Amino acid sequence: MKQNDIYRLAAERPDFAAIAEWIPKGATVLDLGCGDGSLLRYLKETRGVRGYGVEISDLDIVSCIANGVNVIQNDLDSGLADFEDNSFDFVMLSQTLQATRHTAELIQEMLRVGRQGIVSFPNFGYWKNRLNVLMGNMPVSSELPYQWYDTPNVHLCTLDDFESFCTAHNVAVLERRVMTGERVVNLLPNLLGSTAVYRFQRGI
Amino acid sequence: MLPRYELVYETYGKLNADKSNAILICHALSGHHHVAGQYAGEPKNVGWWDNMVGPGKPINTDKFFVIGLNNLGGCHGSTGPSSLNPETGKPYGASFPVITVEDWVESQARLADMLGIRQFAAVIGGSLGGMQALQWSLAHPERVRHILAIASAPRLTAQNIAFNDVARNAILTDPDFHGGDYYQHNVVPTRGLRLARMLGHITYLSDDAMADKFGRELRSGKFNYGYDIEFEIESYLRYQGDKFASYFDANTYLLMTKALDYFDPAHDCGGDLNRAFARAKADFLVISFTTDWRFSPQRSREIVQPLLHNRRNVSYAEITSTHGHDSFLMQHPHYFDVVRAYLDNVASEVEA
Repeated sequence: MKQNDIYRLAAERPDFAAIAEWIPKGATVLDLGCGDGSLLRYLKETRGVRGYGVEISDLDIVSCIANGVNVIQNDLDSGLADFEDNSFDFVMLSQTLQATRHTAELIQEMLRVGRQGIVSFPNFGYWKNRLNVLMGNMPVSSELPYQWYDTPNVHLCTLDDFESFCTAHNVAVLERRVMTGERVVNLLPNLLGSTAVYRFQRGI
Repeated sequence: MLPRYELVYETYGKLNADKSNAILICHALSGHHHVAGQYAGEPKNVGWWDNMVGPGKPINTDKFFVIGLNNLGGCHGSTGPSSLNPETGKPYGASFPVITVEDWVESQARLADMLGIRQFAAVIGGSLGGMQALQWSLAHPERVRHILAIASAPRLTAQNIAFNDVARNAILTDPDFHGGDYYQHNVVPTRGLRLARMLGHITYLSDDAMADKFGRELRSGKFNYGYDIEFEIESYLRYQGDKFASYFDANTYLLMTKALDYFDPAHDCGGDLNRAFARAKADFLVISFTTDWRFSPQRSREIVQPLLHNRRNVSYAEITSTHGHDSFLMQHPHYFDVVRAYLDNVASEVEA
């Protein structure tokens, strides 16, 4: 990847840069719902990771292959049966959590296959989303670009919702990064952050 | 043991100066060396994978030097059961040794030696050809950089062996088989070979493809309440069986199906494919087709799993296709895009 491609990706997807900061050089990663393989390619170039993507879309499979990224075509909702226990340092789910059907099972699968999990998702509690709902409409934005009738997002949540889920499902959050665009949000994150990235492991 | 043997092969494209752009195509049960293009004056004799292999095609002969061969034991020019045994002056027939996938790969490696190719850019095969490609990665890990295993399996299941056995039994029980030495009797076990091919053909198509193509169509539009050909599917299968029996050698058919049955890279590893594939060094592209039930997507996943276990570079595409096992020979935009995207990257390694 050319240097300017890396900058472009980091600018377009600020969660990529956050994720890359958490991943040590040479780690093994599994990227669930890897799309066209951009994140994996970014991590390969910037962190020298070894890894695989999992993707269901035919078009994305071709893009991943063209991007020189390993990709396994599979439906995340049918589980991660092809992958062995503890076979990756990190299992990532970038901007896909909200579109999974069996979300709780998938998080457990992530922690079976990987030592740590990383998820990023749009914060439904972001004030603009709240305002939209308050005004009587489902939000449509760059993070949530779909109309209510054609959205793949069946499990939208707020940061508070996700954290309660973790507590209830014995998932220990290790680190959290909340952002709006490229800006890190520390104040009232559940209200002021549009995207969140979490790093977690199995609770003890 | 064979005292000596000949292999017939064809090549397409140009071998580059450092001989790093060679691709070997391994054929399946009924394939051969004529992979692409036509011969002068024979416009109808088109290579069996002409839609995939050629200038500007997914296996691009503008970039790669592509080799197709007829496997040892075949009946398209390489030494096989129908060839004359130089010691007796008669066809080998029943005395032709059983050949395995491992033997094929060894003979292919000798061909590569002869052509001065130390390492293939890729070895590519569908079905039984995919097994040869896999075997390349295990027998000669240093001699191949990429493996494309399409509509294949690491080893056959009981059901698959069972189909092969019924096909073989059709041939073996044909009165014209004469224990494999039918050449001397100037007959061929046509009935057996036809039946074998008819059975095979059913398993290469999907239920839906057959229903779409033939449904319950009747040739004469009405029931005749007899045992002649009435349904279109019967007519089609018999036509396919007759066509095949007119050019294919029954002993080769037996030999090829046996090679399929025996192949199991984990045979010496206690059945453990993870251990078997620990030797592999190549990168892999594994492709399956949704309606293929003879070599189902699950079989391809059984190739992918040990590669993941051994942390090989591997990509896996499951192509949505209606044509069953035959899909791997069909023109299909997405399937071709996948192969093209992969091989374009391989080509750029070669050029670099």
